[in-house]
Amino acid sequence: MRIDGIPASPGYAEGPVFDLDRPPAAYQRKATATEERAALEAAIGKAVGRLAALVHTVDGDAADILEFHIAMLEDDALSGPALASIGSGQPADAAWRTALDSEIAGYEASDQDYFRARAADLRDIRDQVLRALGEDGEFTAPQGAILCGEDIAPTRFLETDWSKGGGIALKSGSTASHVAMLARSRGVPMVVGLGALAAPLTGAALLDAERGAIIFSPSPTEVETFRQSASAFADRQGAARTFLTEPAVTKAGTAVRVQVNIAYPSDVDGIDIATCDGVGLMRTEFLFGKTLPDEETQYHAYRKVLEWAGDKPVTIRTVDAGGDKPVPGFTVEETNPFLGLRGIRLSLARPDIFRVQIRALLRAAIHGNLKVMFPMIATSDEYSRAATLFAEEQAGLAAQGVAHKLPPLGIMVEVPSVALAPEAFTDVAFFSIGSNDLTQYVMAAARDNAAVAHLNSVHHPAVLRLIAAVVAFGRDKGIPVSLCGDAGGDPAAIPALLEAGLRDLSVAPAQLAMAKAAIAEAGV
Amino acid sequence: MSASAEATVLITHAVGLHARPSVKFTKLAKTFTAEVEVAVAANGPWFDAKSIVKVMAAKAPKGTLLHIRAKGDGATKAVEALVGLVQRDFDEDADHARSA
Repeated sequence: MRIDGIPASPGYAEGPVFDLDRPPAAYQRKATATEERAALEAAIGKAVGRLAALVHTVDGDAADILEFHIAMLEDDALSGPALASIGSGQPADAAWRTALDSEIAGYEASDQDYFRARAADLRDIRDQVLRALGEDGEFTAPQGAILCGEDIAPTRFLETDWSKGGGIALKSGSTASHVAMLARSRGVPMVVGLGALAAPLTGAALLDAERGAIIFSPSPTEVETFRQSASAFADRQGAARTFLTEPAVTKAGTAVRVQVNIAYPSDVDGIDIATCDGVGLMRTEFLFGKTLPDEETQYHAYRKVLEWAGDKPVTIRTVDAGGDKPVPGFTVEETNPFLGLRGIRLSLARPDIFRVQIRALLRAAIHGNLKVMFPMIATSDEYSRAATLFAEEQAGLAAQGVAHKLPPLGIMVEVPSVALAPEAFTDVAFFSIGSNDLTQYVMAAARDNAAVAHLNSVHHPAVLRLIAAVVAFGRDKGIPVSLCGDAGGDPAAIPALLEAGLRDLSVAPAQLAMAKAAIAEAGV
Repeated sequence: MSASAEATVLITHAVGLHARPSVKFTKLAKTFTAEVEVAVAANGPWFDAKSIVKVMAAKAPKGTLLHIRAKGDGATKAVEALVGLVQRDFDEDADHARSA
């Protein structure tokens, strides 16, 4: 049975289905309280061991959070109440659940966002131990499995061994989610928006993440067709790899710059700088995960990427929080966050936080070829105000004798007002078209909503016409224009983007080779 | 030994005594044999400073005047060290410089 969804990360996977949402195996009651206590302590130990193994594979905020989970689990004060209830006759699982639920309620009752947000950590901690208690075997998926469920947690993605294949198939989920980005950068096939899966999530399945479908209990014919497509995809990828080390040129001989989008400083560890023309988009939201980052943390993160890139440009986008990316202590709750206080609007509303990022950027600028861009600009006034803050902080650093440099300042073109009336922005250093947001705003279709995903197409003439208009304006005024949305790395969209006049694309690292191969096929 | 010490310190860290600082605070407290406790008010309630579960439960945001008291061997040193950690904003800058 074939179920269609939306491709989130291209590729093919064939393997056993692993149900992410299956309830943990029923806990087997033990004969005595002593055994119950031993079972709970063993389960806590197992959960700690699992987190300790994971903590070495991540960095920054993700590692801090895992260390916090470990410290909580290792604290006798957490297990104390549960162990006491076991003494009065409760089984280990119920005792643990009751004890943790009471902790969680304490956090949920806090009047501060930050502490309220910790309730999610406590729930995670509770479930990790319940999982370890319920299973006598392992909850980890077998190698090469297709992970199927409502949605998937980033920790689950990170702890899975993808070296033997496998993929992700989600009932809801989003192509813009954190995991989808990770999947694309690691080349893990992923399909989202499959809707209610009636099929029992067992047996073998075929995941076609190129077209966006999963086939349960496939017939021999389906298996054969699938394998042919998978092998053709692998061939195309193999052929694409030969393009990786070459500069991108179309069939007609037009040179196209291809840069990479990165979300974490550690992303560059797996990329050979010789294979790309720089970083077209470095996101900075990772710094704003659970807490607000200080200047030094930001400075070192930016400097790492700048030094890696050498003299090639690195375009860092100031924090684009809000929308679907809330940050405790920074963003505000809104009924319509995509149209609310996000991107530059939020940064300008919280200059105390924005100035910290600006200082870190000014100081990092001396370590490479930095460019800085502002997200969600709608009016030229917002650009001027942001540029003024840069000038003020620059003067402050100069007065203190701190080494720094003012980088070229550009803007994202993702709000239709800018694409329709670019003439208000003749003083910006460059334009970078954010095709994901531009498309969602032009088509009035939220990019995280699978129900309107069919509307969210960069191929719509309205979107392509706006892109072409911005390119023409930039060419006329001598302002460079690039594109850093997902469309830039989509082989199906590349011909239309080149047709619209773009000669500078920024793509996910895993799509670099395929993008260059698609450019080589283009006739412009 | 009946040594004891007590001090107060203002939390200046942006989000207060939260997850990452609490991990550091309790790790440092555990290096002392003295019994160490914290409170967000002079009259308590007092929480075991070696327990992250208890320290987090104190829910001390930025601007809280944190009370620290210790009893037993090295009580004075324990209080001094913990006050220093809070005053240095939990060494967040230095740490990131090392890991970057």
